[in-house]
Formats: sequence, structure tokens, C-alpha cells
Amino acid sequence: MRNKVFCFFFSICICCSLLQSCENEQQLTYKRYYVNGKGLYEQYCQNCHNADGTGLSNLYPPLTDTLYLKQNKTQLSCIIKYGLTGKIKLTAKEFEGQMPAHNELSDIDVAQLMVYITNSFGNKQGFYDASTANKDLKNCN
Amino acid sequence: MKTVSLILIITTLLQSCTSKQDHKLPILGNREAIEHQVNGKTVVDTVYQTVPAFSFLNQDSVQVTNKDFNNKIYVADFFFTSCNTICPIMHRNMLKVYEKFKNNPQVKILSHSIDVKYDLPSRLKKYANKLGVQGNQWEFVHGSHDAIFDVAAKSYLVAAYEDVKDPQGLVHQGWFVLVDKQKRLRGAYDGTKEDQVQQMMVDMQTLLNEDEK
Repeated sequence: MRNKVFCFFFSICICCSLLQSCENEQQLTYKRYYVNGKGLYEQYCQNCHNADGTGLSNLYPPLTDTLYLKQNKTQLSCIIKYGLTGKIKLTAKEFEGQMPAHNELSDIDVAQLMVYITNSFGNKQGFYDASTANKDLKNCN
Repeated sequence: MKTVSLILIITTLLQSCTSKQDHKLPILGNREAIEHQVNGKTVVDTVYQTVPAFSFLNQDSVQVTNKDFNNKIYVADFFFTSCNTICPIMHRNMLKVYEKFKNNPQVKILSHSIDVKYDLPSRLKKYANKLGVQGNQWEFVHGSHDAIFDVAAKSYLVAAYEDVKDPQGLVHQGWFVLVDKQKRLRGAYDGTKEDQVQQMMVDMQTLLNEDEK
């Protein structure tokens, strides 16, 4: 009897620690994406969009428009990789100009940038992995 | 104890007084020693480099010349509207300078576009509007290729050149060059560094005070 109880608790313990390590693994991946994304952001985006994502006047749009980023989530990867020409209507104002393409970015680069941008500057959209980026990039407008 | 603190206070007060009076901006650029005769004696004068005459078109397609900068201090820089490397950082910082000295008749800003092919006045106007710049205190100027690259290298000592290897084809340094009312170069600050631009704003005030004396 005592043995059974012990076994029961022991297995529960193992399950818990397994679950926790799983969660940690996920968190770790998220953090890895986020940190790499920050590096890529500094390299590719920061000059125009600013370190705090506020953009520059009416020249370069801010990345703080949480609503826009949410509503256009599936198109964001496309904008990051293929750039944008013409008008873009954010919640508060309109912008017109040209954002350069960065065709050299791989799916994982785009995903890391997505994780950083959509979880900084007041945004909180959670994780976004490379396979989602791959899927989204196939369905660009 | 009391006397010690009193002495300390007095010395710091004195020191702050003298350092304020002594602080003068250096005069940069090339210089020449010129000898001439005064009352039969040979006197040596230092002649400093000054910005020579120029003439460009601004964002309103109006001619802008060196005369528009007479009796003014100004900051000169080089950029182009489609540049996505250092220019946005430079002009994000320059915007702070513009806001600080807005409507001060003694201060101007002169941004030369090195993209002489595409940055025509109409495009410069769009850029200025989007940046939030009205009026002509901040001039965005267009000129011929030779004129622009010549003033960069010779008048303001800023490197700017075309480079086929660069993705955008144009390369330039991010200096903000501070020019005084006698058109002498009094400071050069890295326009991409916030602390240097802060220093420039302090120095601009120093320069304005210097001219008042």
C-alpha cells in the first residue's frame, strides 16, 4: 500500500517536472526569437522606425499601432520581407512612401522580427514561429 | 567646519563664473597666416576658413544663397530623401534642434540633398512637410551634382560621394557642421549620436551669446 502511494506521488512529480520543462522550453524559444529579433530590428528597421517604435513624424509610420498590427497580422511578414509602396492607413493617420524590401531575410529571420515587433512598443501578440512565417509569406497580397 | 564649507562655496561660485566666461568654441578648418604692415610694423593675422558664396534651390523652388545666412548661425548637413541608413536618425535628431530654435531669426538649418537626380524641390517639399517642417528656417536644398559635392568637400569638410557598390549608390558622412555669423566653421557633431546633438544645441546657444558681446 505504502509503495503504491509512493509510486503515485512519484509519477505525479515526474509529470509535473516534465510539463514544466516543456513550458520552459517554449519560453526559452520565445526568448531566443525575441532577442534575435531585437538584433535584426536594430539592423534593418530601427533607423526609420526608431528604437522605441515611434517612427518619424509623417515620414515613417510607428509600430505602436497595436490595433493595426493585430488586424494585419498575416500581412506583417510580407511587409517585413517584401517592403511596401504607396499608401498605408493606420488607425490614426495615413502614410505614403516606400519601405524597401529585404529579400535576403529567411523565414526564421522574419519570424524573429515578428516576435520582437509584435511583443514590443506596447504590443503583446505572443509567439510566432518560422513555419507560420513561411505560410504567411506564401499568401502575400 | 563652517569656514571650510564657506570657502568651498565661494571657490565653486568663482570657478563657475570663470568657466562660463572662458568658454569659447574653437574655430575649425584651414587657416592661413597673413602678414601686413601696420604703422611700419609687421603684424601677422590668422585668416580662418569661411564658407564661400553658394546658390541653390530650396523646397519652395526659391533661390537660396549665402546672403540668406548673413548675420545668422546655422547648421549644415548632407542627406537624401530616400536614404534609409543614417539620414532618418540624423533628421530625427535635427528635428529636436529645429524645435528648440524654432522662430529664432538668428538660427537656420541647411540640409543639402546629395541625390541630385531625384531630390528635386517638389520632392524636398514633400519630405519637409512629412517631417513637420514649415517655412524656410530649415532649408532643404537642391543643386547641381558638382556644386553639392564641391561644397560638401571644400566648404564643410564632409565626405560625400557616389559609390556603385553601395545598395543606394550614395555614401555620405553624418556630420552636423555649425557655422557662425562670420561663416567660420565652429563645430562638427555626429548627427547620428543623440549626446553629440545635445552638445551642439548647447554650443549653438554659446555661439549666440558670443555674438551678442
